[in-house]
Formats: sequence, structure tokens, C-alpha cells
Amino acid sequence: MIPEQFGYSAPSSLGEALSLLQEHGEDAKVLAGGHSLIPMMKLRFAAPTHLVDINNVPGMSYINEEDGKLKIGALAREVDLEDSELIRSKFPIFIDASKLIADPQVRNFGTVGGNIAHGDAANDHPAVMLALNAEVEITGPEGKRTVPIDEFFYGFYMTAVQQGEILTEISIPLPEGKFGCAYHKLERKVGDYATAGVAVALTVDESGTCTSAGIGLTNVNPVPLRASRSEEALVGSKLTDEDIARAAQFAAEDCSPSDDLRGDEDYKRHVVKVLTKRMIKKAIDRI
Amino acid sequence: MKKQITVTINGTPHTVEVEPRMLLVHLIREKLSMTGTHIGCDTSSCGACTILINGKSAKSCTILAVQADGKEVTTVEGLATAEGLHPIQEGFKENHGLHCGFCTPGMMLRAVELLEKNPTPSEEEIRWGIAGNLCRCTGYNNIVKAIQYASAKMQGNELPSTEPEFV
Repeated sequence: MIPEQFGYSAPSSLGEALSLLQEHGEDAKVLAGGHSLIPMMKLRFAAPTHLVDINNVPGMSYINEEDGKLKIGALAREVDLEDSELIRSKFPIFIDASKLIADPQVRNFGTVGGNIAHGDAANDHPAVMLALNAEVEITGPEGKRTVPIDEFFYGFYMTAVQQGEILTEISIPLPEGKFGCAYHKLERKVGDYATAGVAVALTVDESGTCTSAGIGLTNVNPVPLRASRSEEALVGSKLTDEDIARAAQFAAEDCSPSDDLRGDEDYKRHVVKVLTKRMIKKAIDRI
Repeated sequence: MKKQITVTINGTPHTVEVEPRMLLVHLIREKLSMTGTHIGCDTSSCGACTILINGKSAKSCTILAVQADGKEVTTVEGLATAEGLHPIQEGFKENHGLHCGFCTPGMMLRAVELLEKNPTPSEEEIRWGIAGNLCRCTGYNNIVKAIQYASAKMQGNELPSTEPEFV
């Protein structure tokens, strides 16, 4: 399978990349890891007339701690998450997710930024970013702006990244106090999209009362979904089995999965319920 | 419009003109006639087209040839040296790690990077490590043994038995 013809540039600075996007207009696309875009182009679901390959733009692959935030450069690869000591020690949720994303070869190239900018509710990072209350930095001709993750996903393949703009950084507030997080998705086989996936991040105070909760759901809604009622059910609670069961029940009720090859609606709601319960417990275990 | 690129494959630089839409695997197989790299599913699922780009295993059916400009590529043709087979090739040979052989080049290149990052992987780590490579003949057991053999050989450890197991 061969994509339709297109033009190609590989700029060596962000400024150059932005002017190329300006120049080529609405049919230009940014190429990062390419493991979502190129398959779509081969199947001719996508036919951009120009690709702006940002892989040669230096200084966009970092994963570090700065100003009380975890900062992930848009070109950080999935494998960089797995190899990062900072991620391993403070945000094991990314290791949970990354291990289940495609396979090692794809993770060598696929980027965290691309996983989000693709705007697919079946991707795994969106739910994780919802649970962690991430902020997305978008750079355009006018400069930088920051969008909270809750305002980032518009619809199927649509995000806050507008024509002529590039997603440049994801930042996540470093948790204060006792914190635990976990992600899991049910997949039929390695490399499959999630039947359903659940990301959970919790903080608790000294008395064991939950002070904040973030819960994101994968592939059970047209856009990545925050399970708000489940979060509310946990905050202020002692995270008893009853509280957890209630939160899990809310997540199952509030998502809107569709029937497909991976299962029917009822089955997927059940999977959400079970995974929500398990991920809350796993997050608690990691506190 | 064609682009001129230079890709070093197995140590030899190749300067060629390609359309941006040409896939790296097509450059390797069709333009440069190195057919050791296979095309299986053509959808980045099966791993038959796995090569190394600057030492990282990659599915060459999902990477454009222009993206490899200035990069070092290793294909299965680059594994053996004048001294003989690469330890991973020896491992596959000694352990019957292949039947039809279609997945083998991709499996071996993937295993090379796996052993580079983790010279003494556990069986579980090997199985996760080759999760992006499908084999429809062997049932994977002998592939895992081949990689364990290569690991031992590369570490200078005692080589595991290559006697077949009857289970």
C-alpha cells in the first residue's frame, strides 16, 4: 500500500516548521512518530498534500521536572517514558500505558505528543492525561498558548490544535502529598486498541481521606472521557470498598461505548466497571 | 517531486532519488534489491519488515524512505561478518528457530536491539520484547530459545542445550 503523492519538508527549527505549515495551508500535516498518520495515508483515509516532518527539530524530546511540573516534550517517544527514571519512580501509570501501546518497534517511534494530537478516543494517553490533569502547550504563528486537557479534545480526530499550530509540550502538575496512579486496558491481542481502558490518579491525606481523584476512560465514548461522577464519589471518602464500587458503577453508567468487534455495549460497560474498581485499588496500593 | 537522500545500509552509503511517498521497505527491497527484509502485513502489525535505524528496531513498512535520510540502517544482510554468523543467527540455526523463515529476518533484528538494551533478558522479557513480531509456524518456543542462546553466546556464558523438547 502506497500513500497518495505529497510534498515533504524536514525543517530543523520550530520556527521553520511553523512557517512551512502556514505556507502549505490546511492540507499540510505534521509528521512526528508517524505510526498513526502513515498507516492512515497508506489506506488513503488521509491524503495530506504536504508533510512537515518535525523529527529534526532539536530539543523536543525531553522528559523532566520543572517548576513543580512534569514536562514532556512533544517528540518524547513511548520508549523514552519506559526508560525514564523520573517516570518509573513518580508516574508508573505511564509505564502501565506504554507497555500496552502497540509493540516495541512502534514505541521506538511513536510519540506521546502524537498519541494525543491524533485526537483518537481509542488511544491510551488521552485517558491518562485526563486522570493527571495535564495541560497541553500549543505553539502557533502567534506564539504559545496552554490548553487544559479537558478543553483539548473536540471530537473524532479533532483537537484544540488548529491549522498552522503544533503541539509542543505536555505538562502535568507534580502531585502533592500521598499519590498513587494506575492504568490498564483490556485488549484482545498485542497492538489492539482498547476494548476499554481506565486511568486513575489519587491523592490522600494523612488520615487516608481522598483529597483528589482523576479518572479517564479510553475508547468508550466519542472523545476521551473524564468520569466526573466517579471522581466526585471518591473525593472526601475514605476509599472504602463501597466508595470504590459506587465510583466504578458511575463510570460504567456515564460512558457511551458502541457495539463493535470488541464487544457490545453492555459488555464494555461491565469492563469499565471492573477496570475502574481494579485501577482504583491498584492506585491505592501504590500510594 | 523527488528528493535526494543518502541512507547508509549495513555500512554502505546509498544516495538515491525517491518520491516522498516511497516507504523505506520499498527502497530497501525494490530500489536497492536487498530482499532479506520482508513485507508481511504491510500494516505495522507483523514485524516481518523490522530493521534497525540508528540501532533502534523499526517497522520499515511504516516509515518513509525520506525519513531515513542521513541515518544508519541495518538489515538482515548486515548481521553476518567475515568471521561467520551473528550470534542471533547461530541461535536460530541451532534451535530450529524458524520453519518457513518469513518472519526470521524481522525477529532477528528485533532480538538484536532487545539484547543490546537488555543483554540477559528473562523468558518473559523476551516474549514481551518480540510482541511486535508474528510467527505462524514455530509457536515461538524455539525463537525464545534462539534468543536465550544468543544472549549466552554474546555474554560468553555456557550455551544452553539445543536439544529439542518434547512436550
